Formats: sequence, structure tokens, C-alpha cells
Amino acid sequence: MIRALMWILAAVLLAGIVHLSTVLAMPQAAKQDAYSRLVPLAPVNTMVPLAAPSAESAVMPFMDPAFAAAVCRYDLTGGSLKLIAPVSQAYTSVTFYTRKSVAYYAINDRAAGRRSIELDLMTPEQHAQVPEEEDVTAADRLIIESPSTMGLIVLRALAPEPGLMPAARGALAAATCAIRPVQ
Amino acid sequence: MRLLFGSCFTLLIAAALGLGATWFTLTRGVAFGSLTIGAWTAWPKSGSVDIDPYARAAIARSGELPTGTGDGVAFYAHTDDAGNNFDGRCTFTISGMTPAARYWTVTLYDPQGRLVANAIDRHGFTSEEIVRDNDGRFAITVASLARPGNWLPSGGIEQFVLVWRLYDTPIGVATRTTKEGPMPAIARRGCS
Repeated sequence: MIRALMWILAAVLLAGIVHLSTVLAMPQAAKQDAYSRLVPLAPVNTMVPLAAPSAESAVMPFMDPAFAAAVCRYDLTGGSLKLIAPVSQAYTSVTFYTRKSVAYYAINDRAAGRRSIELDLMTPEQHAQVPEEEDVTAADRLIIESPSTMGLIVLRALAPEPGLMPAARGALAAATCAIRPVQ
Repeated sequence: MRLLFGSCFTLLIAAALGLGATWFTLTRGVAFGSLTIGAWTAWPKSGSVDIDPYARAAIARSGELPTGTGDGVAFYAHTDDAGNNFDGRCTFTISGMTPAARYWTVTLYDPQGRLVANAIDRHGFTSEEIVRDNDGRFAITVASLARPGNWLPSGGIEQFVLVWRLYDTPIGVATRTTKEGPMPAIARRGCS
């Protein structure tokens, strides 16, 4: 009796380990995560408009069809990244994701408070190398630290009604992301 | 012999239980720190670096990108206020209040997050385009056949999901009570 109980206890403990390890391994093992879906569509360090989701096809599940979207798949190995995004009439947001789809930073047009959103994205090491006086004098310079070398920047512009979708797409078409080589 | 049988049995049970629990939690969307208001549930932490391992795994598996905390918050509903599943063959009405936000959108998906095909190519509403009455209130009718007013076609699919997204909103990780965030009521109006 005791022996049977011991076996059951061992099974439950092992099951817990199996469960936790598979949950933790999922982000590494996933073949169809957002980044992998965007690799064939978006060249590295270039802003690319995303096709609007439809009933037939969508780049990712649960995309908001009221938004025009553009993505920059970045790789900071060669230097920091400069992002310039003109804001659309209604609402524009920029969200930064790690390679594993963790949203580590998001800002909207009102929080950015200008006609265009301008950001510098760099790794913590690159940030440490920015000369201090430059960091201070450019007070309006927004520097974001990326926790991973690779990741995604997603720009979203709202079309409050379907007729305004071309305008939202147009605003995103002027957005750029470009690498600035290390001096 | 007994040892061999025991260990095989233990390993089998452990694998089945462990993988079953993983599958269950990832398909049911189990995550910590949820914010439930009426039939609507959001996971504000999923849009930040505080995302928990279950939400991370579910997002990696589905391939979606969560709404960032500085952008907005997304509320999901699979049932009405009484707990009736969202069956596309039934008619549902959504009405009432929305929490403070600069803009909101409501979108209808199938459980996998795909938009649902329909004749008028409508998949949702934004706060700007919705038709309101003189008091500023609105009502949305989710049905497979055309309705007057704000008709959101369900395509008659077996199960649909509604996602209510609030953009530039104070609702988020710190929201505790339903007073801060009154979400629209959902009621079933009969099935065909």
C-alpha cells in the first residue's frame, strides 16, 4: 500500500517537472511565433508595411483590423537603430518586442508629444558607450534599451473609419528604421 | 519485476499528466494577474516584461503579438454575462458603458484569432464609427443575419470570440475594481 502511494507521489512530482519544463521551453521551441512568421516578409532593419488581416489570411492571429501596421525586424549587432515615425491623424503607437514576443516598451503619439516619434534603440552595451554630454544635451532624445539583440518594432496607426485607412497607411509609409554604424 | 512495472507506470503517468496540464493551460489561456470585468478578461501584464511564463508560452505557440502596456489593453470574451457560449447561430447584444480611453475597437474572431468571412466585410467597430443614440449610448447586435443599427456579423460559426481593445487608457495593471472600468454588458437574445 505504502509502496503504491510512493509510486503515485513520484508520478505526480515528475508530472509537475514535465509540465513546468514544457511551459518554459515553449518560447524556445515554437516554430510559428510572431518573429518566425515575419522573417520571410520583413528584411532585417527595414520598415515594411504589413498586409491588412482578412478572413482569408493574416500574418498573425488576433490582429486589429482597424489599424494599419508596419514592422521593423531589427538586429542591433551592427550598431544602434534610429526609428522615425510620423504620427497619423488619429492615433499612432510604437511597440517594441523581444525575439520571443515580449512587449518590453510601448509608446503612443500623445506620450511622445511631437509630430513624429523619434527613438534610438540600442543594447545596454551600446547605451553605455554613448558619450555622457551627448546624453545630457539631447534631452529630447529618447533612448530605448533593447533586452535582446534581435526583436521587432511594430508601428500601428488607427483608421477610425474604413475610409481613413489609406491615410493611416500613408502615414506609416513614411516611417523609417535604419542602423547607425558604431563610430 | 515489480520495480520495472512501477517505474514504467510512473513515467507514463508523469508524461501524460505533465503534457496534459501543459496543453490544457496553453489552450485555455491560463495566466496570472487577470483583470475580469463582467464577461471580459484582460491580462495587462502580458503587455509588459512582467509577463508570466504561461502567457509567454501561449503567445509563442499562437504567434500573436500582445498589446503593449503603453499602447492599450485588450479584453477577451468567450461567453455572455450569464455564461452562455458565443455561438454564432445565436443573437447577442452588447450595450452599456466603456472605460475611459482615447479610442476603442471591438473585433470578432474565431477561437484561433482569424477574422470571420461575411458579405459586408465587417469584422468590428471603432469608437468613432459606431452609431449612438441621442444620449451617446450604443448597442451592437452580433448575429449571422443582417440587423438594423450596429450589426456585427458572426458568420454563423460555432464559437466566436470578442476582443475589446482600449487604446491610450488608464485601465491596466493597477485597475482593481469594476467601478474604474465599466465594460459593456452582453446578453443572449435567442437562437435560430
